[in-house]
Amino acid sequence: MAPLIASQEELQRRRIVDINPETVSNFASTDFPGHWPGESHEWNLEKFRDNFQVEFHRNDQFEASFSLIGLDASIANAFRRILMAEVPSIAIEFVFVHNNTSVIQDEVLAQRLGLIPLKGSVEGINWMRWFKKPTDDDPEGGSTPSDYNTIVLRLDVTCEKNPNADPKEDDPRKLYKNAHIYAKDITFHPVGRQEQFFVGDDAIQPVNPDILVAKLRPGQKIDMELHVIKGIGADHAKFSPVATATYRLLPHINIQRPIIGEDARKFVKCFPAGVIGLEQVTREEASQKGSGYEGHEGEMKAVVRDAFKDTVSRECLRHEEFQGKVKLGRVRDHFIFNVESVGQFDSDVLFLESVKVLKLKCARWKRGLVDLAR
Amino acid sequence: MSREAYQVPAGLGGNQNAFGGADSMGAGGAGSLDGPVVAYLCGECNSRVSLKRGDQIRCKECGHRVLYKERTKRMVQFEAR
Repeated sequence: MAPLIASQEELQRRRIVDINPETVSNFASTDFPGHWPGESHEWNLEKFRDNFQVEFHRNDQFEASFSLIGLDASIANAFRRILMAEVPSIAIEFVFVHNNTSVIQDEVLAQRLGLIPLKGSVEGINWMRWFKKPTDDDPEGGSTPSDYNTIVLRLDVTCEKNPNADPKEDDPRKLYKNAHIYAKDITFHPVGRQEQFFVGDDAIQPVNPDILVAKLRPGQKIDMELHVIKGIGADHAKFSPVATATYRLLPHINIQRPIIGEDARKFVKCFPAGVIGLEQVTREEASQKGSGYEGHEGEMKAVVRDAFKDTVSRECLRHEEFQGKVKLGRVRDHFIFNVESVGQFDSDVLFLESVKVLKLKCARWKRGLVDLAR
Repeated sequence: MSREAYQVPAGLGGNQNAFGGADSMGAGGAGSLDGPVVAYLCGECNSRVSLKRGDQIRCKECGHRVLYKERTKRMVQFEAR
């Protein structure tokens, strides 16, 4: 028996997650085998390839927004989670304090330094390997710091009085030298092959040079060595390469019965600017029996301009006059991603990295299955 | 007995001195009969005061009687998390 094929109308109904005044319904996807009697929903690469689309909305160096259309929520969510927790990046991990006479405690200072986002040659960062830490079970199993797993930074500053300062001056930054320590005071000391990778603009340096790290007064000094290693966000948030990685579903507004005149103007105000537009009712529409436009020729009617801009505030569902005229929803398989990089990688590259990580995980899973079958 | 009149009892072994003995690599180093010289910081004027055993605990610059030990010269390791 040939599989049944659902009507376009039915397919469209299945694509929309309904948003009701106080609840959300029809949210689970049903396009898997065995759910709809007689219909075939087996996954097919050809079909996926034909239906899948990517649209870029913006692609700045550190912020990208794009749509993935035609994939399941589980995959879209996997990308989001991998972006945050499993794409590797570098951060300060070990702090060796030689001297710290400032008022900020060693451990607090170490924690602050760890959170400073660093950047450097992408090629070099990809070349770096993991630094394995010794564990309680295997205290000798840790790796030794080498050029391919540890980057050495130093922070060595002393605060002094500024002899040239105006005696009436009360700004400590002018009164003293090095009163404020910023991220830019951290210096990079390449070793071995790092000298080839991290040269010039590609040197390891903080993304934001003006992060305040500590404050000093004359006579106080900080002298420490910082070891930077590669890690993943699942281990500590400082290793997460994204500031935000989110997605939302494309909003869907369906005006089922005409909204005309004063109501239409009020309807526009229920949505963010640009979502709903006003159009004149044409003679053709007005002459059509049962359309709801009879006798309203020339008046304004509400039309959906750009549902993408909607925030789905559901304001329109609160008003009496729109009851039963409008239906809100979201498109189940249209994911609008927003990826903001902290500065180490370009944001569009980050997403490709997440795809790479997912591929690697799948390969590992496949190998596991083969071993299981043997 | 007033505080000023207090005398460090004689005959205590050098190693029993909590501030010297064990860490003879400390600030002053010179380990004569009187024990090593240790540098302190004045709590009032922040000047360095070198004291050995039996010295009056008093800043030589301002006469303040509260002195602080210097921070350890040893390297301390922390994890940045």
